[in-house]
Amino acid sequence: MTLEVLSRPGPIPPAAGSILPARRPRRNVLDLDDFSVAEIEAVLDTATAMKDVLRRPIKKVPTLRGKTLVTLFYEASTRTRVGFEVAAKALGADTVSVAAATSSVTKGESLIDTIRTLQALGADFVVMRHHQAGAPYVVAEEVSASVINAGDGWHAHPTQALLDLFTIRERLGRIGGLRVAIVGDILHSRVARSNLWGLTLMGAEVVLCGPPTLLPVASFCEGLPWKVERTYRLDEALDGADVVMLLRMQLERQTGGLFPSLREYVRTYALTEERLARARPGALVMHPGPMNEGVEIDPRVARGAQSVIEAQVTNGVAVRMALLYLLSGLPA
Amino acid sequence: MPEASQKRLLAADDIRRAVARLAHEVLEHNEGVDSLVLVGLRTRGIPLARRLQQRIREFEGADVPLGELDITLYRDDVYHHPPRALSPTSIPVDISDKTVILVDDVLYTGRTIRAALDALIDLGRPRAIQLVCLIDRGHRELPIRPDYVGKNVPTSRHEKVAVRFEEVDGVDEVVLIQPAAVPA
Repeated sequence: MTLEVLSRPGPIPPAAGSILPARRPRRNVLDLDDFSVAEIEAVLDTATAMKDVLRRPIKKVPTLRGKTLVTLFYEASTRTRVGFEVAAKALGADTVSVAAATSSVTKGESLIDTIRTLQALGADFVVMRHHQAGAPYVVAEEVSASVINAGDGWHAHPTQALLDLFTIRERLGRIGGLRVAIVGDILHSRVARSNLWGLTLMGAEVVLCGPPTLLPVASFCEGLPWKVERTYRLDEALDGADVVMLLRMQLERQTGGLFPSLREYVRTYALTEERLARARPGALVMHPGPMNEGVEIDPRVARGAQSVIEAQVTNGVAVRMALLYLLSGLPA
Repeated sequence: MPEASQKRLLAADDIRRAVARLAHEVLEHNEGVDSLVLVGLRTRGIPLARRLQQRIREFEGADVPLGELDITLYRDDVYHHPPRALSPTSIPVDISDKTVILVDDVLYTGRTIRAALDALIDLGRPRAIQLVCLIDRGHRELPIRPDYVGKNVPTSRHEKVAVRFEEVDGVDEVVLIQPAAVPA
């Protein structure tokens, strides 16, 4: 038995509610660790209505007319950046996209100066991705625009976690009471970290699985509100899982020596059809993308009936529209 | 602190009669039910639209399609309020070339209707849009007028008109609420 419990449910299970919290609306989305159950439910409910808008012949509403959203990306991205741009445009906002590689950053401009420049140019929302954990927190202190973290180092990727929660709730009807296996390079994964917060807050059990060197230490899960386990055996993680969330083997973040070889990783951890059979019938297969097909996931599973990987991308637009809408209101 | 005072404008029977008359007026003006679509505005336009649909069924033996419209994303005051919860918009038929009967409980500044017109036109190109309201309380801020009115009620801006429907509020009535502290 290698299954090890890292975190146990608190005395009171998180209560599900669907009303907006009475406190002042939030300004920034930096991680999910400051979200309440009610706030997450509000985001998911709003995203359902936004998905409706995306199905109409005219996929545009004038809600954020005259507002400007700037995407500032210090790391590569397709899904997240385009997801935010499509979401902002569907709500009638204008979007400006800044890639650090082609901006004054290459001339040595600091992050703070870059962000002040964007503010001076009229940004109402700044969506940023940075290789340093915590960078969006620093930026949020500096500007009056709403800052949305689109991934900071190994730390957090809240909008990915929200779209994963939305996809799970949409497909399985609930989140609480489900068992979710997160498989792969947990240590380097901001997606796993934000999902841990979101899933346990909503009352789902999480089992983390990967090579021992890529699993976090037990203290990583301290303070999480629901049960978390870890194992380095994939079969143990898959047993009874309602959702299998795969992570990309982040070859660019490997500092070396954490796993013997890619071939061994594939042999031990790649999700194949045979292995997936151990999970619950109809279990969802999720992946935040981009996939290394043939590494963490077999191409047949990625395109199989249980895969919701494309739905995750589409839902990403609706969830980001919901967040932008919920960030736009003024306090009462 | 003095209580807010309430005055009942319409009782359940008054509402029933007003709805019956509104249904007749809609049918008379449009010479029947051909190509009509009822669209209720959230929240209390929907039970009102449903009652009109039921009356029309009794009078003409025909079912008029009924839609529900949430105009939150089209409001002009998004930045002046904390975000409101969204409800789904569902209109069962294509409204292009149809006569849309837009239904709301209270007509006041006209801003909600302005937003509803934009929302409808994004969904298709209706042949015409007509407006039904149970109460017209005046104080328009936009050049919008109703085609069918249940009751005209002169009000002052600090008063509130509350339309209550059995389906939503457990009782059928319309009351005028006088706030406790009247501004001078």
